[in-house]
Amino acid sequence: MRAVEFKRVFFSVFGGLGLTAAMSVSAADPLKVGFVYTGPVGDHGWTYQHDQGRKGLEQALGDKVKTMYVENVADGADSERVVRNMAQGGYDLIFGTSFGYMNSMASVSRQFPDVTFEHATGYKRSDNLGTYLSGSYEGRYVAGYLAAKMTKSNIVGYVASFPIPEVIRDINAIQLALNKYNPGAVVKVVWISTWFDPGKESDAANVLIDQGADVIFQHTASPAPIQAAQRRGVYSVGYASDMGRFGPDSVITSIEYNWEPFYVHTAQAVLDGEWVSDDYWGGLADDALKMPMSSIVPEAYQNEAQEIIASIKDGSFHPFDGPVLDQKGEIRVPAGVSANKTDLASMDYYVQGIAAEFPQR
Amino acid sequence: MNEESLIGLFVAMVSFGALLYLAALGELIAEKAGILNLGVEGMMAIGAVTAFIAGAELNNPWIALLIAMIAGAILATVHGLFTVGLGAEQVVSGLALTILGLGLAAYLGKDYVGRTPGAELVPVDWGALSDLPWVGPILFAQAPLVYIAILFGVTAAFVLGKTRVGLALRAAGESASSADSAGHSVFKVRLAAVAAGGALAGASGAYLTLTLTPQWAEGLTAGRGWIAVALVIFGAWRPGRVGLGALLFGGTLALKTRLQTFGVDFSPIILSMLPYILTLFILVLISIQARKRPSPSPAGLGLAYRREER
Repeated sequence: MRAVEFKRVFFSVFGGLGLTAAMSVSAADPLKVGFVYTGPVGDHGWTYQHDQGRKGLEQALGDKVKTMYVENVADGADSERVVRNMAQGGYDLIFGTSFGYMNSMASVSRQFPDVTFEHATGYKRSDNLGTYLSGSYEGRYVAGYLAAKMTKSNIVGYVASFPIPEVIRDINAIQLALNKYNPGAVVKVVWISTWFDPGKESDAANVLIDQGADVIFQHTASPAPIQAAQRRGVYSVGYASDMGRFGPDSVITSIEYNWEPFYVHTAQAVLDGEWVSDDYWGGLADDALKMPMSSIVPEAYQNEAQEIIASIKDGSFHPFDGPVLDQKGEIRVPAGVSANKTDLASMDYYVQGIAAEFPQR
Repeated sequence: MNEESLIGLFVAMVSFGALLYLAALGELIAEKAGILNLGVEGMMAIGAVTAFIAGAELNNPWIALLIAMIAGAILATVHGLFTVGLGAEQVVSGLALTILGLGLAAYLGKDYVGRTPGAELVPVDWGALSDLPWVGPILFAQAPLVYIAILFGVTAAFVLGKTRVGLALRAAGESASSADSAGHSVFKVRLAAVAAGGALAGASGAYLTLTLTPQWAEGLTAGRGWIAVALVIFGAWRPGRVGLGALLFGGTLALKTRLQTFGVDFSPIILSMLPYILTLFILVLISIQARKRPSPSPAGLGLAYRREER
């Protein structure tokens, strides 16, 4: 039997935000793994997928690990308190899942050199602080191929959150797929300056549909854009989790995160004493991304999509293989080479074809 | 900018306007009776979550709407009992109600996050009217709650302005002791007004989960209840003007997402502030005019009434 002992952590309603979990050490001395989540585990998007990964970790390593999570932890000072409490409470490995925890994790990791820290989507690393990220652009490219084939208006819409490299990269990946499989088709973008606000997300999808878009992508957390697309009778692509059931006639595929392999691998490495600080990018190859295909996509396109996935997996193809031109026609990645991690992590231009101005901040 | 985008702007303006109007109308009724209720955001959240749960379990959107209104009214009654019954500070109690409502909604909805909706209130098809160019999609293809909001607005204007009940309510808000002398129970009138206001805020929340974004998650209301509070001041406590203000504020919400696609270089952040800036402007206007003519705000707004202190 595996130990399924959940520590419940309650925050006082009036914002006291004290961590009051009793933290005990059992006889078997398992590796204690803590997760700090930015949203509720039931958001059915970003946090939900991380928690699926945590459950998978418990299943895979059984008695060897004991996990605990704290949800709805705000960026900044609150996250620092939660992370520090975990480290003080004897946790050996702590995952933080919001970009905004970066400085908190950096400072706490300096104070607890014997604890291992992993921070999702950040870029600050040290001997005991690693970073991890999903290479969602690979999934965007594959979904971009499907969009290229399914669109009739040749306009693809993107409900975007903030103009950070991760989002820009994903938008570019779709346009690159359109350029190859349906030249002349374009991506249109609407920025809503939030990761989660169903009202704005759905409105933004409507704006794009009014502009003629008939495949809707999103880089936000709720299924609201999917529901809007379903209601207006256009196609859509789910994000973070499999959103098919919110738009059975609309969703052609979802870009689903699968953190389990990474969590299992990391915990095992810490157990074996072999963990080293790294910048991990999970993609299709290690099953960190999954793409459930809907039956509304004709079989021929599904097969072609699987071939693209296979070529990305075996490394024979990379979405940002050169030549990649920006909107001004300047060469950003020369022919014969592929964009490296640094290029990808700092992407600050739109590729040729995108029907939107690059956001100035 | 194509024609469809422009129509879409007006469709969203009316739709968001109705969302704000329902909540603002509720706040207006409570404030007319002298009770300031800053718990709109919390009551909206409760309305949203109960409507979603009821819709999922009972599969009937109308019963879901009714339950949301009752839930909103119950929560508002808590505020009513504190402020009317115990004479508690209205601002503090109202803020507590927002926090309580948001927390309670999160708790109630825990098992419903990520679930597909059971029942929805989908847009009404008015036949030939809905097919008219421009006015069809903008006015005759909206969701039922848009028409209900208009109906409530007209009813509120009539009841407040033309009936004995409305007179008693306004009296309780202008001068509680006079209302008391005239034989009205200030306690009952104010409590009823606060509860009615809660029911309307609940309906506004239900509009979110039954029509606009049929799903439940924490933070769904996203501060729209606060715009409703500002709207009452902006509309100078008059149902008609608040309605026009709702359209204007709804328009800024709709424009915020669209401006960037119209090729206009204007910060959406400033647009988000616009409702509050306009409200501040109106407040200044009211203060300047206060010397010449009476303020449109109910004279007894925010003041507890204790009979023995008369």
